[in-house]
Amino acid sequence: MTKAELAEEISVKINLSKKDTEQIISIIFESIINALSKGDKVELRGFGSFRIRHRSSRDGRNPKTGLKVKVPSKKVPFFRAGKELKENVNNISGNQLIK
Amino acid sequence: MIKMDNLLNFTYERRFGMTKLDMVNKVMEEMNLQKPKAEEAVELIIKKIKEKLANGETIILRRFGSFSVRNKRTRMGRNPKTGKEVEITARRVVRFKSGKYFKDAVNK
Repeated sequence: MTKAELAEEISVKINLSKKDTEQIISIIFESIINALSKGDKVELRGFGSFRIRHRSSRDGRNPKTGLKVKVPSKKVPFFRAGKELKENVNNISGNQLIK
Repeated sequence: MIKMDNLLNFTYERRFGMTKLDMVNKVMEEMNLQKPKAEEAVELIIKKIKEKLANGETIILRRFGSFSVRNKRTRMGRNPKTGKEVEITARRVVRFKSGKYFKDAVNK
């Protein structure tokens, strides 16, 4: 499911245009990117948290040529599902969700 | 208005990070919405994504990344404290794969 499809389903519920809803979705996820870029964490109760994980540099190999290359250290965005989300994906009897 | 912004920034710095409230404020400001409406929108979006994941669907958000559900088989694990072997039952887990734009943004 894409952002547009998500916006379509939500827009009818909040009585906003599809375009506005899509923009709100963009603002939310853009704000997460901004926060993590600043080095902050983002916590959304019931959903999960986003934070940065550091990967140290390592020796890698170019799979094509077999040559050794140094892979530099980098930061990667990391998501950890919250308790409620974890439970939700595991408690599906039929396809009806309790909450 | 300026005073309000300063206040928000101040409280934001003092906390561990960003929360739903910060998002609601951002939506309110940028979309020119009343607070209850902005709150409702943020809640609904999160709730919807949760529902979709619970149904096993994948959510793809351009630039940001994708959320999907993966099936994990039963495996043996160890309690790190006691060293006892325990069986970890089969389960479903949420996986997030960040998009290129997101990855690049945090490395800038």
